[in-house]
Amino acid sequence: MSNKVASSHSIPFWRDVRVLHVIGQVLFLVVIAAGIWWLLNNLQTNLKACGLKISFGFLKNTAGFPISEGLRYDPTDVNGYAFWVGIVNTIRVAVIGIVFATVIGTVIGVARLSNNWLVKKLAGLYVEIIRNIPLLVQLFFWYFAVMLTGLPMVKNSISLPGSIYLTRRGVYIPWATATESFNTWIFYVIGGLALAIIVYVLRRMQLKRTERPGFPIIWAITVLILTLVAGWFLTSGNPLALSVPVLKKFNFAGGLWLSTSFTALLMGLSVYTGAFIAEIVRAGILAVSKGQTEAAKAVGLRNTQVLRLVILPQAMRVIIPPLASQYLNLTKNSSLAILIGYYDLMNVGTTIFNQTGRAVEMILLIMASYLTMSLLTSLLMNYYNRRMKLVER
Amino acid sequence: MSVTSNEGIIIYRDVHKWYGDFHVLRGITFTMQKGEVIVICGPSGSGKSTCIRTINRLEEHQRGQIIVDGVELTNDLRNIETIRREVGMVFQQFNLFPHLSVLQNVALAPFWVLKMKKSKAEEVATQLLERVGIPEQAQKYPGQLSGGQQQRVAIARALAMAPKIMLFDEPTSALDPEMIKEVLDVMKELALSGMTMIVVTHEMGFAREVADRIIFFDYGQLVEENTPEEFFHNPQHERTKLFLSQILDY
Amino acid sequence: MNDNRQIVHTVKEQLRPPSERIPVFRWLKENLFSSWLNVILTVLAVAVIVMVLFGLLKWALGARWEVIPANLKLLLVGTYPVEYLWRVWTTGYIIAFLLGFSSGSHGGLMRRVSTVVASVSILMAILPFPWGTRGWLLGIAVAAAIGFSLGHLSKGIRWCKRLEIAAWLLSFPISLVLLNGLGGILPVIERRTTWGFLLNLIGAVVGIGLSFPIGVLLALGRRSELPAIRWVCTAYIEIIRGVPLISLLFMASIMLQLLLPTNVRPDLLIRAMMTITAFSAAYMAENVRGGLQAIPRGQYEAASAVGLNKALGTILIILPQALRLVIPAIVGQFIALFMDTTLFGFIAILELLNITRSIMGNIEWRGTIFELYVFIGVVFWILCYSMSYVSRRMEKTLGVGER
Repeated sequence: MSNKVASSHSIPFWRDVRVLHVIGQVLFLVVIAAGIWWLLNNLQTNLKACGLKISFGFLKNTAGFPISEGLRYDPTDVNGYAFWVGIVNTIRVAVIGIVFATVIGTVIGVARLSNNWLVKKLAGLYVEIIRNIPLLVQLFFWYFAVMLTGLPMVKNSISLPGSIYLTRRGVYIPWATATESFNTWIFYVIGGLALAIIVYVLRRMQLKRTERPGFPIIWAITVLILTLVAGWFLTSGNPLALSVPVLKKFNFAGGLWLSTSFTALLMGLSVYTGAFIAEIVRAGILAVSKGQTEAAKAVGLRNTQVLRLVILPQAMRVIIPPLASQYLNLTKNSSLAILIGYYDLMNVGTTIFNQTGRAVEMILLIMASYLTMSLLTSLLMNYYNRRMKLVER
Repeated sequence: MSVTSNEGIIIYRDVHKWYGDFHVLRGITFTMQKGEVIVICGPSGSGKSTCIRTINRLEEHQRGQIIVDGVELTNDLRNIETIRREVGMVFQQFNLFPHLSVLQNVALAPFWVLKMKKSKAEEVATQLLERVGIPEQAQKYPGQLSGGQQQRVAIARALAMAPKIMLFDEPTSALDPEMIKEVLDVMKELALSGMTMIVVTHEMGFAREVADRIIFFDYGQLVEENTPEEFFHNPQHERTKLFLSQILDY
Repeated sequence: MNDNRQIVHTVKEQLRPPSERIPVFRWLKENLFSSWLNVILTVLAVAVIVMVLFGLLKWALGARWEVIPANLKLLLVGTYPVEYLWRVWTTGYIIAFLLGFSSGSHGGLMRRVSTVVASVSILMAILPFPWGTRGWLLGIAVAAAIGFSLGHLSKGIRWCKRLEIAAWLLSFPISLVLLNGLGGILPVIERRTTWGFLLNLIGAVVGIGLSFPIGVLLALGRRSELPAIRWVCTAYIEIIRGVPLISLLFMASIMLQLLLPTNVRPDLLIRAMMTITAFSAAYMAENVRGGLQAIPRGQYEAASAVGLNKALGTILIILPQALRLVIPAIVGQFIALFMDTTLFGFIAILELLNITRSIMGNIEWRGTIFELYVFIGVVFWILCYSMSYVSRRMEKTLGVGER
């Protein structure tokens, strides 16, 4: 025999490895496709029986239901906009929750590594208790027990220093509101940002040229602050006014109102996720071997430099992936809002369903929203992971 | 599929393999007779491991012919399975199954693939463990054995399938120096008993003593092929001379 | 020459370290007051602890704890008919017996678990329950003890081990039949969606049990070399993991019947179980995939070199190793699933958390909200913490030696 290529024409197809692979996949896909076709067929029959057809036109219909917090909205707006308000509410509680949870988690995580025995044990207690009680139980506790029962009525609100009031109806805090001169000041903000970026890039290039260490970010931030302050004085009147909640006859006026549901959800999510983040932070710091600290100190770096240049970058590599997944969990867990009356996208979505009967469309919208958020987080994390890998090489 | 057996038990003809763009095997051709012991040596990355791994289809060759005991290695599932049964392999990292005892490691394949009865499979396994010199370790687990003992179990495991050809992929490279001898002794006994063997190794002492032929690989090509005496005393090619000078100083 | 060098030196005894006053003071100094920052922190921590403890104690002493014993049956088994409660107890006895048996024949971790279970039941029998209940409770300890002695006796007998595994596997469907009933043998209980805490337990066990094989298949599929299989499995896993459980429950409650033929209408509990299984399978798949990835490539190669085909190699060589690595993660998954069963309330299944709400609606128990939530929190906490403790011990035992 003198053929050059491994002969394939003489192999019966049912023994040919390549053919088997293809057949296997085709069979698999056929089975899956058949299953999906069967489901869709049922869907069609059932929908026809109800006289419905899948279409998203209902998004243009009037919503007709109130949403008590979030973007400017009233029941005459359309369903599509109502859903958008829900999405923004989800993002609101998720972002603030992530910030709070990270702060709590970092503090507790570092506390668990403290050499003060009491502090270490207390932090450990926090983590072990919070992690082993279901989130929903904690949320109900915050909402029904703490907010609705524990806090007093508006008349006898608990007031904290700084004009913060805790009541059964929610939390009132001072807030900044835009005045007429705000629009002019915005230009200063944008200009300041642009200037800051330019300064950052220029300073970076300069540092690179002269090959010295430094922090261009400090320069950029200083420039930004100076521009903002200058703009403040240069515009007539103050662009932002401080609005302080003041108790009027039946309610507070002014300031920012954070509803009971929002506060309960925020507190519950932050405390719960914070416990998990604490463990991640602790694991990350422990993952950096002691030898690193010793070598860094031996080379003459000061304690802060050791932390900043040696420990944190390595700890970050271990911390960031599970941290991202906790952020994602927090975002998904915010869907529990529906059980405590906060108008997040899940809640609004189910309300729209209740009003319009559009099950399939709303399910698709709700799941698509969450999937988009998951996807974005995964992409960001993959990007970060890849960057860290490049830096290693 | 009909090749006369006096052409050799392994016919390796103009075999090429690419890893992506990297041309790892560049037209390797050699023939092997039954009962021969071939040692393949060469610098790392030269393709020697890849070459023997194509023989039992752990790697797939893209061009050329590999014919083992009259059966050509193609995409035919039956051929692949037949060849795998006739070719045994011993790995550098032993690759014993950690969740099974030593005896079970050796008896596994005869029981499941050759469909031997359990008692017969265990009997064969015990005999093989005796042959490699560690019958008393039968009930222990791989993690409890030394490297040399593990590799000998690996040899017994490969022999349990009664293969016609044994492939060794750097069998002693992962062993501590004091354990290399016990494994080489087993391999020597195997060779003297008439087993057809291809051994990829750096152990030149073993090669000198046991090999019928030494093949030198470099950059994916078969550079030189000779009897041990000729190879070591009379290297022909420049690259062979360079390689020998690098490894024989110690 | 005078050789004054000392070749051999006398061996002195070990001296004690200079003691720094009483050991307790030394510990306090090192751990609590070692620096100014630590002094401040310690003072703050002590202040916080004192305030919290006092507050808690004050509340606890004045709280109306009667609400719990008065509603205990409702909380734990919901509206399960009283005349059939023996079926719930029997299920408990079967589990206790099997636990005792396993601990008798294996010892180690199992022994710890069954000792805890037995002692808990004895402790609870001391609490002021009606005498009938106490009898039932003691029965758990008795069942465990019987199991233990039988297990101990059966040590070493080969077929007993197979019997044990078969018994554990069978206990799954047998418990379900006992609890639910089967037409003809045992009267089927009507309303299944109001069984309180029992539903949390059933949901978690069924969820993990069913999602395990599916998860393994998905994990293998995700690592398949055939792109079609890989894509489909990956798509399923990523989609399920990207959405919250509540949205899947929502889908189960309103959309599932649209996807099924009109004559098939699974009831609410079945739908909830299906959802939680499908949900957990995706997470299980990721856990198993982690285990599969940890198996060195050499194992796959050795398996095929020795002649095992893909299927045999996976079953005999790869999976046993991978699953052993993954057991702690699976226990963690079980704990998370158990906590997720509290979401069943969203689709009107009254498990523990939601049946509490109906108690709070009762005028008699107005204002006992804190007591009830503390009770629920404690129940979940005890179970989840014990399970995570067991998992950590398992990790240690499995991680150290080969066997």
